[in-house]
Amino acid sequence: MLHAAAAVSCLAVLAVFLFLLRFAAPLFSTEGLAKVMQWRWEPFGGHFGILPMIVGTVCLSISAMVVAAPLSLGIACFVNGMGPKRLARPVLGVVQFMTSIPTVVYGFVAVFLLVPFIRSAFAHGSGFSWLAAALMLSLLILPTMVLVLHSQFSQVEPEVRLTAAALGLSKAQAFVHLVLPLSRRGLLASAILGFGRAVGDTLIPLMLAGNAVKPPESVLDSIRTLTAHIALVVATDSSSGAYHSLFACGMILFLTTVAVNAGLRWVAGGNGRA
Amino acid sequence: MKKRMQIAAMLLAGVLCFCGAAMADGLDAFKGKSGTIEIAGGTAHIPVMKEAAKRIMTANPDIRITVAGGGSGVGIQKVGESLVDIGNSGRPVSEAENAKYGLVSFPFAVDGVATVVAADNPVEELTAEQIRKIFAGEITNWKDVGGKDAAIHLYTRDEASGTRAVYWKKLLKKGAIAPSANVVASNGAMKSAVSRDPDAIGYVSIGHLDKTVKAPKLDGIVVTQETAKDGSYPVVRKLYMNTKGEPSGIVKLFIGYVMGPDCVDAIIDSGYIPTH
Repeated sequence: MLHAAAAVSCLAVLAVFLFLLRFAAPLFSTEGLAKVMQWRWEPFGGHFGILPMIVGTVCLSISAMVVAAPLSLGIACFVNGMGPKRLARPVLGVVQFMTSIPTVVYGFVAVFLLVPFIRSAFAHGSGFSWLAAALMLSLLILPTMVLVLHSQFSQVEPEVRLTAAALGLSKAQAFVHLVLPLSRRGLLASAILGFGRAVGDTLIPLMLAGNAVKPPESVLDSIRTLTAHIALVVATDSSSGAYHSLFACGMILFLTTVAVNAGLRWVAGGNGRA
Repeated sequence: MKKRMQIAAMLLAGVLCFCGAAMADGLDAFKGKSGTIEIAGGTAHIPVMKEAAKRIMTANPDIRITVAGGGSGVGIQKVGESLVDIGNSGRPVSEAENAKYGLVSFPFAVDGVATVVAADNPVEELTAEQIRKIFAGEITNWKDVGGKDAAIHLYTRDEASGTRAVYWKKLLKKGAIAPSANVVASNGAMKSAVSRDPDAIGYVSIGHLDKTVKAPKLDGIVVTQETAKDGSYPVVRKLYMNTKGEPSGIVKLFIGYVMGPDCVDAIIDSGYIPTH
């Protein structure tokens, strides 16, 4: 039974990969690659460049990580002894609840509250921006990252608590010098998982980032990610070049996810705990 | 009180009889038939398809009709691959698509595409030339077209959109759209984005116009279904049903019903102009 389940899921992933490879194949000639790897996206003029979308994906996912990583580290430390004990459980409960909020709810709320706020607060652009999408995306990936960190800290922290206290270390010192170095694997795993979610999310950038095909000049500019690009273009004429260029986007996303997973495995399978 | 209830009941019964009588004729063709019809594609078509499907299925429960969206491109692709019986599109089938699939198209309604701005935008009228320059990014401030001193926020649709296709071809004359324009994924999303952004400009199907947004006059012409119908407002398109080869059986009957006199009210109620 277990073998069958494993085989089916492996085969499904392999099938997706082969399918993408088969349809993206025409693009991997030198001519096809040059067609896709350019800055201009004007499908009616024969330009199918996806570089602005690659830049958009990189900008958005990294900025979401920059916001979410310190926050999740702070929350994980807070619930593992740094904060008052009686607050730890409610905070953790809220974080666990956040994992169950559908993405579309975040997007919808932000369209009504965050986007008009950014529009009026900065008086530049329409509010549909890199900034709006990055803030909501960081909120989306936060619980995943906190929970991974929490499961690591809740193993490590009790082990070193007595030793640290005996050495006269304060709680903060114990965290900085003992718990964090010992949790290196958990830190990396949470970063990789969070980054994977940030790269793969479609709805937040589609609803909030504005989807302009242009590398951003400021965080208030409108950007388009690869995922939102696929969602927008997939309904187009299926025999057009625009449609076929989507397979290149799919390929890049798929390979990114594979790379992230391989990274995760490498980290998790590393020798020893340090 | 009791009397009032009776009157209400009688009125209701009368209305129901009237509706029944008015609708019975075109639906007679479906008598004794059974089977399923699957429909997918353009999102503008959905209200009309759903209403027609509801009437037919009410008159004859042996017929099942399912209506799905997906967009014009998806509709053509699905019907071409024989995954559905009718694939709707808000644009004509392209030559490449027709060479691949061999589709037959049935235009049943005309829809206009209107330029829209926020309801409280003071601009009442724009020329086609001004709109072209705005979308090309040459005019970037509302004060240059008689509005307040504020940057113009451009909103456009994705390339798969039939609404964009007609607006780009007939109003923008295939001119450039500034790459900084925000892109939204549907007529509904366009309306909600433009209605909440006081400096926005975008475009929606006339069927979607309501008081949350304003359609400025185009070269002095008021934008309504009437001006679209009599041809004075030029930015119009047809809504098509497509089948793979000539339709037969209940699919043919369904298309006949939508194209016939009994579906005219459903098309008008959805905000479109019947072609017949």
